[in-house]
Amino acid sequence: MTLLPYFLIGSAFGVILVEAEVVSWFRIQEMFRFDAFHMYGIIGTAVLTAAISLLTIKRLGVRGPDGEPLGFTPKVLGTGARYLAGGTVFGLGWALTGACPGPLVALVGAGTPVMLVAFLSALGGTWTYGRLRPKLPH
Amino acid sequence: MSHLFTHPLPWYIAGPLIGLVVPALLLLGNKPFGVASNFRHLCAALAPCGIEFFSHDWKRLGGWNLAFLLGIFAGAVVASEVAPPLALTLSPHTTAALHQLGLHDLTGLTPHEVFAWASLFTLKGFVSIVIGGFLVGFGTAYAGGCTSGHAISGLADLQPASLLAVCGFFAGGLAGTYLILPIVLR
Repeated sequence: MTLLPYFLIGSAFGVILVEAEVVSWFRIQEMFRFDAFHMYGIIGTAVLTAAISLLTIKRLGVRGPDGEPLGFTPKVLGTGARYLAGGTVFGLGWALTGACPGPLVALVGAGTPVMLVAFLSALGGTWTYGRLRPKLPH
Repeated sequence: MSHLFTHPLPWYIAGPLIGLVVPALLLLGNKPFGVASNFRHLCAALAPCGIEFFSHDWKRLGGWNLAFLLGIFAGAVVASEVAPPLALTLSPHTTAALHQLGLHDLTGLTPHEVFAWASLFTLKGFVSIVIGGFLVGFGTAYAGGCTSGHAISGLADLQPASLLAVCGFFAGGLAGTYLILPIVLR
């Protein structure tokens, strides 16, 4: 399996994140303050485009190299606690750093090198979750 | 530096292009679009410490995702060199709110008064960078996805779990914006 195509798609994604200012702390503030349509327009049309693509792939019955149908494995809902609680914790971090994981990495390369600390701290956060996982409600 | 086009790239171009990453990754190798899993893969690579959550075969399962992550970094470097973002035209209401919070330099991609090495051990710098980063890593791992995994992939796939997660994203985001940032930044 060659990794180059994934690197290239990631690069395109990185370029878009910077050029559309999705990486901007200020745009995230505008979003959480409901002062601009920009971020909602981006997320909304991204969801719509992805949904149409998924439907098309399903309709056409496109299959992968092993013959399996293309698509996502459905997330186990359970009590839903992990999604609400985890989502809220992430949302707090999103507001404080002004960046979700993709932009966090993009910002390190786009002129805010101190974001490397936030990235390493995020690794610490994930590690801590892994450690506490058996004790947390899911 | 020349500017290839006026900034920002409009939402109606950026959004659909980001949405197309989903079918691109599926067609390429049936991979689910998501960024936060890389934190888990990197923990597994660097410090698994016998923890079950990090006992997966990160090279086989996460290799493509780490290549994708490296691409994001490279793309951001190239984009900021070739066509650096211009001064933001921020909404007047947000501008006023941020001035009130004591932020005066609203240029660049992040407030220089907060996201600088020199601010790292001030209250606003430490909370924004160190605590904020920690919460991003903890929260995405707990929720099993971030903006790309839940808000874009999951919602597009009509998954109820992702809708719950996105509700959480906004609950946390609003609490951070209206309750925590005013204390931290002032």
